[in-house]
Amino acid sequence: MMSVLALEVPYWGQSLLRVLGGIVAVLLPAGTIVYVFLFKMMSFMQSRLGPMEAGPYGSLQLVAEVGKWLQKEDIIPERADPRIFKMAPIVVLASTFLLVAVVPFGPDAWFTNFEVGIFYALAVSSLSVLGILMAGWASANKYSLLGGLRAAGQLIAYELPMVLAVIGVVIQAETMNLQKIVVAQNSGEIFGFSGLGNPYVLTQFVGFLIFMIAIQAELTQAPFDMPIAESELVSGYMTEYSGFRFLMFFIGEFATAGVFAMITSVLFLGGWGVPFVWFGWSDIDSVANWMNFVGPLIMFTKMMLIVFIIMWVRFSSPRFREDQLQRFAWKVLIPVSLGNIAITSIFKVVM
Amino acid sequence: MIAVELLAAQNIGFAVISLLMIVAALRVVTTSNVVHAALWLVVVLSGAAAQYVLLAAEFVAVTQVLVYIGAVMVLFLFGTMLTRARIGTERDLNNSYRLLGIPVAGLLFAAMAIAIVSSFGDEELPSEPRLIGVPEISDQIFGPYLLPFWALSFVLLAAIIGAIVLARKD
Repeated sequence: MMSVLALEVPYWGQSLLRVLGGIVAVLLPAGTIVYVFLFKMMSFMQSRLGPMEAGPYGSLQLVAEVGKWLQKEDIIPERADPRIFKMAPIVVLASTFLLVAVVPFGPDAWFTNFEVGIFYALAVSSLSVLGILMAGWASANKYSLLGGLRAAGQLIAYELPMVLAVIGVVIQAETMNLQKIVVAQNSGEIFGFSGLGNPYVLTQFVGFLIFMIAIQAELTQAPFDMPIAESELVSGYMTEYSGFRFLMFFIGEFATAGVFAMITSVLFLGGWGVPFVWFGWSDIDSVANWMNFVGPLIMFTKMMLIVFIIMWVRFSSPRFREDQLQRFAWKVLIPVSLGNIAITSIFKVVM
Repeated sequence: MIAVELLAAQNIGFAVISLLMIVAALRVVTTSNVVHAALWLVVVLSGAAAQYVLLAAEFVAVTQVLVYIGAVMVLFLFGTMLTRARIGTERDLNNSYRLLGIPVAGLLFAAMAIAIVSSFGDEELPSEPRLIGVPEISDQIFGPYLLPFWALSFVLLAAIIGAIVLARKD
């Protein structure tokens, strides 16, 4: 039974809280990422101020932008397939909301405690490819179709190294449950030293690098933004979308970045936890109740750190060519991640 | 008169999902657009994943989503969109083979039904559903079912090499 501030919450109340929490956990990071990184950090990196007019330091710019998008006319091309065209952004956004369902935010603050959590996350993250393909095809536009096909090819190619990088973590933690992966990291030790726990970014550094590259590609952020390459394809699969439907793709892009960053921090940085020895905890049951409130904040900090790296790379690197991109996935990332799995399993068995 | 014990939440869920799957499966073969057919197939496959969840086989359900929806259907759509996928109805789909197709499908259904009923007909599901963990599944695969697993891997490897040989022009 989950209890919030010593209040017993009935099952329907818990479900309602979880749905609301899920919406907050998707939309709040998305808004923060857009303002802090896309508006401000990008501007500072390019020696300009960025939005300054709406609100103090332009902090209400996002509200203005969303208001603008909501007012715009909802245009559907005449030759398009209207039903599929309307469905596509919903599919993309739905995969993000499905993704956040397994992310743990504290010892009791989780949406579902799914036994095959990380496997589920990898599976539903691939659903967004369907939405992108649908958008590209239904737009009845050659640029859109090409963008959709490029996205599909890229996302399939980079899903493989992502899965293989996660396997190293799963071998080390001996579980696929994200909550247990957090506990395994925070109660673990590196060669007998337990002051830091065992964040897998240290012991699985190769896996961490591969995973970061793979999510950069999964999020189609530069240098992997071939699908929406604006100099060649206008805006790829999003070309024909305007107003609210474009807004859904836009939210989807940055919300997925946030959720993927949360999953990265769970897998490699210890998630919501701090090393348990700091407070003398031994396992999940002995973790103090206040972690349910501090945990999400720690999680948010780690998420912002990961998104900072993603956006930093995005703003400062040129685009890969299509064939370079595919060759890099199949000939570099996949062999390296297979080697990582082999070495991790050898260490696991020997030690 | 439906017995009261049949009205459990699982049975209602099973009925609703099965109905959805049947409708979607019919639409796969009756729709006049290749991409629409593929998207209806996605609905059928996700229905199958939902049925696995109802049977407390979450690992199989997630595998279904990852392999069939995330990979196979995406490749399917990728292929059709790359080659021929017009918007709107297509006249030259070979729906005229339905006279041959319906008996074949009926025959396959009968064969599967007989096989399943004759091998599991008397068994009952445990009344307390038990979650099968991933370690138990892997113990089964790498224990008693090791030989079929190897055989399957061999077939898949042969298929991959065959695909490369077919795709290479030089």
